[in-house]
Amino acid sequence: MGTKPRTPHDSPKRGEELDRDPLLLPVALDQTTHDAEEAHWSPLKIAIWGGISLLGGLSWVMLAVVRGETVNAIWFVFAAICTYLIGYRFYSNYIQKHLLHPDDRRATPAEYKADGKDFAATDRRVLFGHHFAAIAGAGPLVGPVLAAQMGYLPGTIWIIVGVVFAGAVQDYMVLFFSMRRGGRSLGQMARDELGKVGGTAALVATLAIMVIIVAILALVVVNALADSPWGVFSVGMTIPIALFMGVYLRFFRPGAVTEVSIIGFILLLAAIIGGGMIADTEWGSTFFAVDPLPLAIGIIVYGFVAAILPVWLLLAPRDYLSTFMKIGTIGMLAIAIIIVRPEITVPATSEFVNGGGPVVSGSLFPFLFVTIACGALSGFHALIASGTTPKLIEKERQTRFIGYGGMLMESFVAIMALVAALSIDRGIYFAMNSSPALTGGTVEGAVTFVNSLGLTGVNLTPEMLTETAKNVGEETIVSRTGGAPTLSVGLANIMQQVAGGSGMMAFWYHFAIMFEALFILTAVDAGTRVARFMLQDSLGNFFPKFKNTSWRLGAWVTTGIMVSAWGAVLVMGVTDPLGGINTLFPLFGIANQLLAAIALAVCLAIVAKRGLFKYLWIVALPLTFAAVVTIYASFLKIFSTVPAVGYFAQNRAFSNALDEGLTSFGTAKTVEAMEAVVRNTMVQGVLSILFVVLAIIVMITAVQATWKSYKSRSFGTNEDDAVASQMFAPSGFMATPEEKKLATRWDAQLAQAKLDKAGKTTRR
Amino acid sequence: MSLLASVRQGAKGFAWFMRGVMGDDAYDKYKAHHQALRDAHRDTHHDPDAAVCDGPRMMTEREFWRDQTDRQDINPQGRCC
Repeated sequence: MGTKPRTPHDSPKRGEELDRDPLLLPVALDQTTHDAEEAHWSPLKIAIWGGISLLGGLSWVMLAVVRGETVNAIWFVFAAICTYLIGYRFYSNYIQKHLLHPDDRRATPAEYKADGKDFAATDRRVLFGHHFAAIAGAGPLVGPVLAAQMGYLPGTIWIIVGVVFAGAVQDYMVLFFSMRRGGRSLGQMARDELGKVGGTAALVATLAIMVIIVAILALVVVNALADSPWGVFSVGMTIPIALFMGVYLRFFRPGAVTEVSIIGFILLLAAIIGGGMIADTEWGSTFFAVDPLPLAIGIIVYGFVAAILPVWLLLAPRDYLSTFMKIGTIGMLAIAIIIVRPEITVPATSEFVNGGGPVVSGSLFPFLFVTIACGALSGFHALIASGTTPKLIEKERQTRFIGYGGMLMESFVAIMALVAALSIDRGIYFAMNSSPALTGGTVEGAVTFVNSLGLTGVNLTPEMLTETAKNVGEETIVSRTGGAPTLSVGLANIMQQVAGGSGMMAFWYHFAIMFEALFILTAVDAGTRVARFMLQDSLGNFFPKFKNTSWRLGAWVTTGIMVSAWGAVLVMGVTDPLGGINTLFPLFGIANQLLAAIALAVCLAIVAKRGLFKYLWIVALPLTFAAVVTIYASFLKIFSTVPAVGYFAQNRAFSNALDEGLTSFGTAKTVEAMEAVVRNTMVQGVLSILFVVLAIIVMITAVQATWKSYKSRSFGTNEDDAVASQMFAPSGFMATPEEKKLATRWDAQLAQAKLDKAGKTTRR
Repeated sequence: MSLLASVRQGAKGFAWFMRGVMGDDAYDKYKAHHQALRDAHRDTHHDPDAAVCDGPRMMTEREFWRDQTDRQDINPQGRCC
């Protein structure tokens, strides 16, 4: 054994500690064995990778160069998968080899801190599923839909290229560094690496960002469910279903998680079908048709109650249901897209790349890159990758498969969402995604507005809108903003071609709404709880009593503060005369990308401390990009003189109008509405400033820490001490031939030990 | 026959994967962990009756599942967007 230390960090002393008795089975393959396996290119391997490269290249040509009337969706799938495979095989390998240096002779926290509960070595394929279920949610389903207004190409390139060089790199690094620190959280790592100022700024920024993310996710749900009796009923039923599952698990069948999830899933299907029947009745369609504002208040009250109820009653069962649905529906969507292979008529780049689009305002750069956050680069993942996953990982080298690979999988979800959104008629797309302020919320208004946009090949008729609404079982589909309804229409369109025909469209539509709402409400519950604990921890520094998390009153007060914070933003979005999601969604993306910038900044400081300046660019590249995009987007949001883009420009325009004594201005038809715009834009502008200032502080402290490491060449580490591992497991999804050989020897030894034990003989 | 066998194996693999991802196997893992601790303890003390470790008592299945959600109560985990 004994690979030579390649960095100042891997000191020889540590190496000796990890040397293993040569009489025992090795716990890791030699670095030379790994290198030899990689360097060996058999003709078959060459043919396979040649084929992947050719197919990927051809797909990109079909998407980016060939300009036909339509482009087939299958090229999106091939371009994505081939690029992911190449990125995973070569780029993540490069990062592993030069930047992270995993050492499988070292025990992971799951081994040296094993307690059978929070720290428990988990099979890599199972953990991949766990990790994916924790990172993927409604985000990658919503962002790409809104970005489809720019045409199909910009979003596709950003999702696929962005994940390879930014998103997956961030997830991989954070997971690895947290694992080397016993599973420490991002906030703790920030404090360790960046000092008090950087650490505090990172913590406050994380808290503020969580609030805005939860609020805007909740806004997506409100927009999808408002005035939809069917949706309100079926999503509302998830609460009693989850309560039932919780009681079942607690008292009747503890541990029967899959069983209860299947029961819950069947009940969900019943709720969707029942929702259709109830929406058809007179009383049902009036009782469950809830306006946006009461719905928002309902979600706020629900969020508070869910966060103070014990986990077993509501949160845990909902989480099981959500995980079950996630794996099932995403697999189903992938298969359906491959079977149906819809033709896409949307142009590669649309009329709105320079701005002026009704769905998200602003030009392609930088706003495309904040509209699509999840799926390309998502800062929120840094919280997950420094949470449960590092405590469960078996071997260090598996971080690549789980961290990098898991994010590629999320990116693929984003590509499928994009395809689903692109597959619907462009006229319908714009009618659904333009705010009621523009369409008036009526079919005629929407038709007039969309046709006035002068989009090539778009000729929207009222029949198209009423027909689609009827097919999906809704009163209307005009101005159903937020992305979720559009995705659901696209998905229903694709699924009905696989199963059920147009008669099933309404079912598939509400199925899609249901799972998006389920993912979001799970994220809202969990986010509120996490935020509450963070707040309690911070308040505890001033009022020590708050540190005690089982103090009831303290828990209620802090939960109340967090819920009112996101609730206020939610109500602001719902009542916004300018349309809500259109103005707020950029804030969601900016917040998420700023969190990514913070996470990458922490990684930068760590890499510098390891003395790897030659490979610092691997971190600096996505960090610089995220920093430029978010700071520029924030800058525009703060300083732009175009009212549609700049919060304060809008604010000034409306204040001036009020000063002039106008009683109606733009899309605000009353003085109250105008005052609401003035208030909202001020809040949004102040939030933009807060986020960007905090993130800049974190980035500056990270650059300072990096420079200090460079100047002093002193390479301390905050990693846990190396402990020798006593077990072996392969690193990737499939074991390599050499890994298989070693695994077989371990299996034989384990079988022998069992025999010995059974035969009452002592071991060894 | 071999087709049937491979289908069976595939189904078994899928069931194993779902059990793991959904977390059905949490108690099995916990039990295995405790048994391994006990074995190690016995090996080092060479005393076959030294079944009781210094560590915490092993929870029963019901206790374990309650403890699991109770631990989540004080240590919440985020779910991403």
